[in-house]
Amino acid sequence: MTQEEPTRSDLTGKGGGVRIERLFSWWTLATGLLVLAILALILTTTTKQAWPAFQDMGLSFITSSTWDPNPASGNPVFGSLAFIYGTVVSSLIALLIGVPISIGIALFLTELAPRRLRGSAVMVVDMLAAIPSVVFGLWGVLVLAPLLVHVYQGIHDVFASVPVLNSIFGEPVGTGRSFMTAGVILAIMIIPIVTSISREVLSTVPQANKDAAFALGATQWEMITGAVFPHSFGGLVGAVMLGLGRAMGETIAVSLVIGGATNITPNVFAGGNSMAAVIVQQFGESTGTFTAALIGLGVVLFGLTVVINLAARLVVRRAEARVQGAAR
Amino acid sequence: MNRNMLSRLVLVGVALAVLAGCGGGNDDNGGSSGGGTASGSGQLKASGASFPDAYYQEVISAYKEKAPDVTVTYNAVGSGTGKKEFGQGLTDFAGTDSTVKDDDGVPAGSFLYVPTVAGPITVSYNLSGVDKLQLSPETLANIFQAKITKWNDPAIAKDNPGASLPDTAITVAHRSDGSGTTNNFTKYLTAAAPSTWKLGAGDTVAWPSGTQGAEKNTGVAQIVKQTDGGIGYVDYSDAVETKLNLAAIKNKDGKYVAPSLEGATSALAGAKVNDDLTYDPLNASGADAYPITAPTYLLLKTKYDADKATAVKDYVRYLLTDGQPIAKDVNFAALPSGLQQKALAQLDKLAS
Repeated sequence: MTQEEPTRSDLTGKGGGVRIERLFSWWTLATGLLVLAILALILTTTTKQAWPAFQDMGLSFITSSTWDPNPASGNPVFGSLAFIYGTVVSSLIALLIGVPISIGIALFLTELAPRRLRGSAVMVVDMLAAIPSVVFGLWGVLVLAPLLVHVYQGIHDVFASVPVLNSIFGEPVGTGRSFMTAGVILAIMIIPIVTSISREVLSTVPQANKDAAFALGATQWEMITGAVFPHSFGGLVGAVMLGLGRAMGETIAVSLVIGGATNITPNVFAGGNSMAAVIVQQFGESTGTFTAALIGLGVVLFGLTVVINLAARLVVRRAEARVQGAAR
Repeated sequence: MNRNMLSRLVLVGVALAVLAGCGGGNDDNGGSSGGGTASGSGQLKASGASFPDAYYQEVISAYKEKAPDVTVTYNAVGSGTGKKEFGQGLTDFAGTDSTVKDDDGVPAGSFLYVPTVAGPITVSYNLSGVDKLQLSPETLANIFQAKITKWNDPAIAKDNPGASLPDTAITVAHRSDGSGTTNNFTKYLTAAAPSTWKLGAGDTVAWPSGTQGAEKNTGVAQIVKQTDGGIGYVDYSDAVETKLNLAAIKNKDGKYVAPSLEGATSALAGAKVNDDLTYDPLNASGADAYPITAPTYLLLKTKYDADKATAVKDYVRYLLTDGQPIAKDVNFAALPSGLQQKALAQLDKLAS
C-alpha cells in the first residue's frame, strides 16, 4: 500500500509537550506489541493443547482425509485434509462470487452513482454486515438450500456431457447443503466488508489521474482499467484478503449449510465440511485426544490464514513494483 | 461455551452467597451447598445429555409444585460436557446417555448410575408414495454405509414384499455433533448386523462421504422432512413432533416392530441389567421389543454433605416414582417396575 508522506502541518499540532509525546509513543508501542503477544500466546497454548493429537498423527494430521474418532478397530484417526479442502473450496467459491459483486458495487458508488443515491446505498450494504451469521445460516438451510437444489440440477444437466465441468458440477446432493451453498452464503457475508474497503480504496484515486485519462480520450471503462485499478490494486487485494479471512473463519453459518460430510470431491454440489464447522460441531462431546485434534484443527486454520496472508502480501508487492515500473 | 461460562459464573455467585449466609460451612465438594433446613430446600444443579432433556424439564416443573423451596436446574449441554462438569464438581448430578469411560474426568467409584427413562430411536424417512417401510438390520446398516443408494434396491424390496418403491436416490442424514443418539444407534447396528456394519460405534463415527450431517435431533429431522428420499435416525419425541414417517425395524425375534413407547418398555424388560444398574436394551429379545431403544442415566455422587444428600435423594426419588408417569406425555418410556425398584435402591447407597 502506498503511504502518504506526512506534511509539516500534521507534525506541529497544539501539542502538550515532551511528556505527552513520550507517553503517546509508549502507548502505541505497547498496543502494537500487545497484538503480537496475543498472537504468540494463542499459537503456543493451542499448539500445546493440540500436541497429543499432532504427536499421535504426525504429518498425516494434514495429509490424511480419514477423520474417525471411534473406529471399529484400532486407534482413533484424525486426518484433517477433507476439512482443509472444505474450508478452501467454500472460501474460494465465496471469493469468485463475492469479489466481482463487491468491486462492482464499489465502482458504481464511487464512479457512477448519482450523489443522492450514494448515502442510502452504502447504508444498505453496511446493513448486510449487521446480520448475525446464524441468521444467514438458518436462511440458507430453510430457504436457500432447498431452492438451489433445482438450480444445481439444471446446471448439472447442462454440463452433463462437458468434460471437466461435468465433474465440477456433478450430481447435486438431495438437501442442497453443499460446498456451493456454503460458498453462496459466504459470498453474501463478505460483500459488505469487501465493498466498504474497496470503496475507501477507490475513492483515494486522485481526480487528476482520472481527468488525465479522460483527456486522452478514454471511455469510462478505459479510465477505470487504466487509471483507477492500477492505483488501487494493493488496496483491493487487501479488501479481498479481509473478506477471505472472514470466509475461512466463518463457523456457524457454514456449519449449517455445508452438509456435514467428510468429503473430498471436485463436485461443488456435494456436501462437505470445513475446519471451523467441525470444531463447533464436535467440540462439546469430545474428550482426550479427540479434543486435542479439534484444537489442532484450529492451529491448522490459523496457519493456513497466515500463509494465505503472506502470499497475498507477496502478490501486492510484485504487482506494485510492476505498476510503478510501468509508470516511470 | 458461553452457556458453560455463564453456568460457572452463576455457580460461583451462588457459592459465594451461600458461604456468606452460612458463615463458611462445610464446602468440601466445591459446589453450592444448600443453605436451608434438612427438609430439602436449596439448589440442585445438573447438566448433561440432551436426549432426555424434555422429560427432565417436565419433571423439574412438576417437582416445583411438590417442593417449592428447591430449585433444580438441568442444562442440556450433552453427555460428554455433563460428565466433565460433574467430574469437576460444578454440578450436583449429571445426565448421561453413555456409561463413564476412563478419560471422561469422573473418577471410578465416586458415582452411582440411576436409570431414569428410555426412548426409542426411530429410523425416520421421507419417500413420496411410501408410508409403510420395513427394514432388517443388515439393510439398515447398508443404507447408512451408503452401500445401498437407491430406494428400489433389491435388499429394501426384499424387506418390503409387495411395496412399490421408486428409484429415488437415498439421502442419509446423521448427526454432525457428537451425540449419545449416534452412539446408541451405531451400537445397535454393531450388535444387530455385526458382519455388515463396518463403521464401529461412538458419539462420532466416520460416515461415508455422500451423507449429510446436521446438528441435534431436530436438525436431522429437518433434513428428512425437507428431502424426498431422506432417511435418518431421530429420537422418538422429535420424530413424533416433526410428524415423520417411521420405519419398522426387524428385532431379534425376527418381527418387524414400529417404534413405540410400549415397544421400548418391552425392550427394557428384555434387557440384562448389570450390577451397577447399567443395562443395554439395544437389540433386546422379545417379540414386541423395539430393537433400537436407548437408555439414559443420572450420575449421582456416592458422597454429598448432609443437606445436599437429602435434597438429591428427595428429587431423584420423586423422578423415579411420581415422575415416571410424566414420561409418556413427552414420548419417553417409563422404567419397568423391576428396574425402577433397583434404581430406588441405589438411593440408599448415598452416604452423607
